[in-house]
Amino acid sequence: MGLYDIIFYLFALVTVSSAVVVVSAKNIIYSAFSLLFTLFGVAGMYVLLGSDFIAIVQLMVYVGGILILLIFGVMLTNKVTNVEIKSGSIQLLPALIGVVVLAVLLIMLMTNTNWHIQPGVIPQTTTKELGKLLLTDYVLVFELLGILLLIALVGAASIARREE
Amino acid sequence: MLQVGLQHFLIVSSILFALGIYGIVTRKNAIMVLMGIELMLNSANINFVAFARYGNFGLHGQIYALFVIILAAAEAAIALAIVLNLYKTFAKINVDEVNNLKE
Repeated sequence: MGLYDIIFYLFALVTVSSAVVVVSAKNIIYSAFSLLFTLFGVAGMYVLLGSDFIAIVQLMVYVGGILILLIFGVMLTNKVTNVEIKSGSIQLLPALIGVVVLAVLLIMLMTNTNWHIQPGVIPQTTTKELGKLLLTDYVLVFELLGILLLIALVGAASIARREE
Repeated sequence: MLQVGLQHFLIVSSILFALGIYGIVTRKNAIMVLMGIELMLNSANINFVAFARYGNFGLHGQIYALFVIILAAAEAAIALAIVLNLYKTFAKINVDEVNNLKE
C-alpha cells in the first residue's frame, strides 16, 4: 500500500463523506460548503488519474463558478437576515431504500465485471495534447459548445431579468 | 484489493451517483436538487477519466469530461435563472409547492 493508495483513500473519504453531508444537511449553506469539499475531492481524483488539465478546469469552473452561482441562488431566494436557512426533506425512507439498493447493484456491477484493463502511458502534461485534439478531431463540438455557452448566457440573463 | 485500481474509482463514482439521486429525490428546495444533479455529473466525469486512464483510450475520455463540465456550467446558469424567476413569481422555491406554470 504505497503513497498513491493512501492519497486515493484520503480523497475518496473526503469526497464521499462531504457528499453525504451535501444531501443530508438541514441548512442549505452547510450543503453548499460541503459541496466545495466534494468538488475538491473529485479534482484530487482527476490528478490521481493523471489528468491535470481537467482537475484545474474542475477547480476553476465548479468551485469558482458553479458553486458561487449556487450560493448566490441560495442568498437571493431566502431571507438572508434569517440565519437558519432550512430545507425540508420528503419521502426519506423509500428514497433511502431505493438508493441503497441502487448503490449496491452499481457497486456489484462495477466490481464483478471483468474490465479489459490496458493502462497506457501517462503523459507528463495533458494540456498541449488536449488543445490539439480540441482543434482537430473535436473542432465541431468545440464550436458548438461555444455557441451553446453564448446562448445559455443570453438565455439566463433574459429569463432572470424579465420585466413585468 | 488495497491496491488502487480502476474499480476503486468506479466504486467512488457509484456512491456519488447514488447520493446525487438521493438528494434529487428527497430535498424540497430547488437549489438542493441542482446540487444533486452536480453530484451525478461529477460521478459520470470520474468514470470518463478513469476509463480513459485504464482503458488506453488516450485523451479522448478527458475531452468528454471537459464537455460535461462545460454543459454543467450552462445548465447551472439556466437553472438558477429559472429558480430566480420562480422566486419572483411565487415567492417560494420548494419544488413540491410550485405546481403551476403561471400565476
